[in-house]
Amino acid sequence: MVDDPLVIAGRTFTSRLFLGTGKFPSHQSLRATIEACGTGMVTVALRRVDPTAEEDILDALPPDVLLLTNTSGAVDADEAIRLARLARAAGLPEWIKLEVTPDPRYLLPDPVETLKAAEVLCAEGFTVLPYVNADPVLCKRLEEVGCATVMPLGSWIGSNQGLRTRAALEIIVEQSLVPVVVDAGIGAPSQAAEALELGADAVLVNTAIGTAGDPPAMGGAFRLAVEAGRRAFLAGLPAARSGAEASSPLTGFLST
Amino acid sequence: MTLTPVELESRPAGVPDGTAAADLVATDLAGLRARAAAATGADVERALRAARPTLADFAALISPAADGRLEDLARRARDLTLRRFGRTIHLFSPLYVSNECVSVCTYCGFSAGNQIARRTLSVDEVREEARTLTARGFRHLLLVAGEHARIVSKDYLVDCVRALSAEVPALSVEVQVWDTGTYRRLVEAGCDGLVVYQETYDRDLYAGVHLKGKKRNYDWRLAAPDRGAEAGMRRLGIGALLGLHPDWRLDALAVAAHARALVRRWWRCEVTVSLPRMRPAAGVAGPAAVVGDRQFVQLLCALRLLLPDVGLVLSTREAPALRDALLGLGVTHVSAGSSTEPGGYAAPDGAEPQFEVADLRTPAEVAAVVRQAGFDPVWKDWQRVER
Repeated sequence: MVDDPLVIAGRTFTSRLFLGTGKFPSHQSLRATIEACGTGMVTVALRRVDPTAEEDILDALPPDVLLLTNTSGAVDADEAIRLARLARAAGLPEWIKLEVTPDPRYLLPDPVETLKAAEVLCAEGFTVLPYVNADPVLCKRLEEVGCATVMPLGSWIGSNQGLRTRAALEIIVEQSLVPVVVDAGIGAPSQAAEALELGADAVLVNTAIGTAGDPPAMGGAFRLAVEAGRRAFLAGLPAARSGAEASSPLTGFLST
Repeated sequence: MTLTPVELESRPAGVPDGTAAADLVATDLAGLRARAAAATGADVERALRAARPTLADFAALISPAADGRLEDLARRARDLTLRRFGRTIHLFSPLYVSNECVSVCTYCGFSAGNQIARRTLSVDEVREEARTLTARGFRHLLLVAGEHARIVSKDYLVDCVRALSAEVPALSVEVQVWDTGTYRRLVEAGCDGLVVYQETYDRDLYAGVHLKGKKRNYDWRLAAPDRGAEAGMRRLGIGALLGLHPDWRLDALAVAAHARALVRRWWRCEVTVSLPRMRPAAGVAGPAAVVGDRQFVQLLCALRLLLPDVGLVLSTREAPALRDALLGLGVTHVSAGSSTEPGGYAAPDGAEPQFEVADLRTPAEVAAVVRQAGFDPVWKDWQRVER
């Protein structure tokens, strides 16, 4: 949908689907999926990047796709900041997906440390896309310190539970002045469509695609769902109602 | 939480409050063992369906009553592993720096009484070993040594870690247990992971197999992962030596309870569990119990259900066919091409190994098998940041 581009920090994306890379069966599968899903930005953990290796995960990325390095593994602001600086020193793009997840199980983000790190990294000129809980006030604070997007979670990483935070996401979408990317928890194309329908600007998906039986085919399915969800949002979804509504007005006689 | 720092000479009896070790001591393992013995098909069914299985559910899952449900158990384990870890298998290698040991342990080839060729690598030799291993692809090394506080001293270990930290992204140690201060020195030198196997959680048996040396102190060893975590270790590995105890289910329950306690206490740490089965080694008696493949798989899958996010480690003690079959079924971390002989990678000269390796394939061969099974062999998954 070239006529409806998404712009983040001055860069235009034709696809509203972003891809995580941590759970794919092979680099070939990852590359085929990137092509099939049409994404323009993928995120890779710096902890997985190894330029000295025979076969590095970065080799799987086509040149026209933007690399969004993430700070996976950081437990506090200081570690996240140092990881971002290491990425910069390694010559990687200065787009950082800020992840401060001190709990390695549910990988839930630490709001206090995330805000601290965002403040420093934005001041140092990084383009910062922070992964956060679906907290509307935190999202506004991150926007104020200069983040390029906010990336609230739908549910926790890898859970495939969909938009459990829907009510909060609606508030975030309503209030945000920067693009809202729903990250984490999206387990099926229908859930990605739901995020776009409610007004999110994009989604980031990893587990649902990377662990599918056929990742490239699932990537294609997500591409269609994201496009459908966005078109539905633009077309103006009728509000859901609890009961049936008569199509002929009940009080029409009053105007005659 | 702060642990009281203690010198090795004044180790306190018992375990400190507020530790995973204390949580384990307070766990009714005998009661859980009784539940495993009495488990019915209905208990197994409930455990298989539980959204968040408890230790009692785990007891049912490792019980004889669950044997007939092994396929269902394996399916759930596979699904959970896939969801949490994706289609990835982490590769690491042990690096044996010394087989000197003053402890006498009945099950170990390094035991002080054994007449074997002893060798301790110099720091330069350790670096050579590490370079051989990184050339084979490894980016996570586990430094292993026997227990000899003078030859394998804390200063020596700190020197080894410091020498490797610039070249190896992830370093763990599996050596004699130390106090918090020593662990802190290791962390500052660049060590991120601590592996301590309790071997058996049965106090009487523990005393019976650890005949001499510092390893005899059960409580001091049990609380070592707590001390490591307090010192800043990011990965904690624990395990039990299956076959040491005639009743393997008792140790399985204990290691599961210990892992769960560590996960709760040290919520920032990644916890891994390893369940090596006893292998032949120089001068040691055979296993007190043989844990068959079927029971071994049942146990690994049950652990996955209890602890969906814990790494399960499989070493080259296991035979290739079983290792390959377990990929993705719960196992997430495998070693490959291992030598348990100090200097065995760069310059093997016949120093005695700790145990016999069953999987003799090279790292490249194991990685190829991992790929063939539909998984990405992950060599590097850690990036150290200087503090």
